[in-house]
Amino acid sequence: MGVTLDKEARQGLTLLSPTALYALLMLAAPLAMVVTFSFWTQNYLDIDTTLTLDNYREAWSKPIYQVLMMRSLRISLMVTVVTVLLAFPIAYYLSFHVKKRKALWLFLITVPFWTSYLLRVFLWKVILGFNGVLNTALMQVGLIDEPLTFILYNSNAVVLTLAHAWAPFAILPIFVALEKIDRSLLEAAEDLGDGPVRRFFRITLPLAMPGVIASTLIVLIPTVGDFITPRLVGGTDGLMIANMIQIQFGKANNAPLGAALAISSMVIVAAISLVIYLVGKKMGGRTE
Amino acid sequence: MTATDTNDIIVLSDVTKTFGTFQALKGINATIREGEFFSLLGPSGCGKTTLLRMIAGFDEPTTGAIEIDDKPMAGISANKRPTNMVFQSYAIFPHLSVAENVGYGLKTRKMPKTEIAAEVDKALEMVDLRGLGNRSAHELSGGQRQRVALARALVMKPKVILLDEPLSALDKKLRDQMQVELRSLQQSLGITFILVTHDQEEALIMSDRIAVMFEGEIAQLDSPEGLYRRPRTKRVASFIGVMNFLSAKLTREDAETLTIQIDALGEITVPRDIAPEGLTPSEVDAIGIRPEMLTVLMDDTDTAERTVEGSITGTSYYGDMTYYEVKLPGDGDPVTISMRNTAGRSVLPAGSKVSVGWGAESIVLFE
Repeated sequence: MGVTLDKEARQGLTLLSPTALYALLMLAAPLAMVVTFSFWTQNYLDIDTTLTLDNYREAWSKPIYQVLMMRSLRISLMVTVVTVLLAFPIAYYLSFHVKKRKALWLFLITVPFWTSYLLRVFLWKVILGFNGVLNTALMQVGLIDEPLTFILYNSNAVVLTLAHAWAPFAILPIFVALEKIDRSLLEAAEDLGDGPVRRFFRITLPLAMPGVIASTLIVLIPTVGDFITPRLVGGTDGLMIANMIQIQFGKANNAPLGAALAISSMVIVAAISLVIYLVGKKMGGRTE
Repeated sequence: MTATDTNDIIVLSDVTKTFGTFQALKGINATIREGEFFSLLGPSGCGKTTLLRMIAGFDEPTTGAIEIDDKPMAGISANKRPTNMVFQSYAIFPHLSVAENVGYGLKTRKMPKTEIAAEVDKALEMVDLRGLGNRSAHELSGGQRQRVALARALVMKPKVILLDEPLSALDKKLRDQMQVELRSLQQSLGITFILVTHDQEEALIMSDRIAVMFEGEIAQLDSPEGLYRRPRTKRVASFIGVMNFLSAKLTREDAETLTIQIDALGEITVPRDIAPEGLTPSEVDAIGIRPEMLTVLMDDTDTAERTVEGSITGTSYYGDMTYYEVKLPGDGDPVTISMRNTAGRSVLPAGSKVSVGWGAESIVLFE
């Protein structure tokens, strides 16, 4: 790399630096603290700053943490799959079949954001609860005799709530990727003998892959660490790793263990994201 | 119209297309022969691309019928037609290599992999891209992309290859080269090519026959020479090359000849058969004459069948050619005269008085 930067590069760096500094201060610094904490030890009231791997040993060996981590991954993968599978047809319809007022449609997709996340989770509680909207309705039409209990306070409820919350985030990247596909490519594929289904799998989907990957990562990464939704609708077997991290930092008064759990889950999520990214890149072929 | 002659590969019968209230095509009748290079030529918005897309199967005619290879095409989608298209944007699949692009359609036909590879190599060789099969689409120049698009169509061995302004994105030099290459490739393969273009020069160079289209109608369907020498309307005449229009009127007609009084050139008698079929002799108000059919006589040794005196009002020097604007007798606009700059022929400045030579057989009459 050259030592001297051209004018454009300097301009770019200048524009970037406030944000970069902010990110460094607000993200990198706390992260560094968490990493440091994870190598320390909590002694009742004070902290032993001798470096040790004990926290990681505990985090990776105790069954409770393994169970919670696996459950977190399972739930968030399910959320991701459900969300992306539901988002794709909506994005597809929006891109290929809506001719007029695309902007209005996009605007409508963001409507769920108008209420707070917490409120939306509470609404699901109202809908799915023992005396909730769904149970009452089903009982009144006579489909069930007593309220369904498997719909709230378990991991299904967490998946449902999270999928709903993250849907708009998943739709938009896929929509953008689909919009970018040159329509003459689809005509060319048809001209070369492909029916609609083959064409979809050979042209549309590979070219939409960058959007699908983006959606997957956007949904997967934050949901692994979500703790409000499992706390409110997850019951006891819907609890996730983030709830345990919160407990360690709070009630259990073991910040170093909490930090080790947080770093571990971050590394695992990063590894999974990398795999998804690479697989997706391979599936999408050489697009750049 | 039906395909009675087996040499007719495409028959268009009263094809119309309406978009909302806009009538893009107003009843197209034409027959395209097997193995010919056929061009649809016209200004943008004349419906030529719409017509091509309907032949390809991307659009259906509003009324009328298209027959390809003696089979009616109504309701048959593009993937089931014996045609392949070279798109204006080339439509190279960006996520596939050159070889995968070219072999795309063969894979759909479920041809074995080794055969596909062999066919792809052959096609790439045909378009001078041997050895580039592993390149990805974004590593190609504009000219190479164009060749890939062509190879992708050729490899399918279709009855007809449709080309939608395939050369418009290339620079002038490359375009000239591709025109010649495309033409010779088409002749050696014997596949019917249908080219859509707005470039009259391109159409003249490449085609066996050209349909000139204006506002959704075919104004004239003819060979390049026929179009240039005997344009049937003033509009066709001015669209193809340069044409001088001189006001004129009929003074006498008999069974064999027409006598016409041309304001600038005087009276001439021409055989009736130079006039287009639809001509009503009494309605003649102008004749046409091409710039190269007029000669600026340089000195007394230059001779011509007929001469008229004029004065040069403008001179444009092009190196190989000089274009003169010459005011002829009468009150018409100056005419354009093109002169090849052969040895010993000087370039005359504006203001020079000159004799202009012309011949009776070079005038054109319009409908």
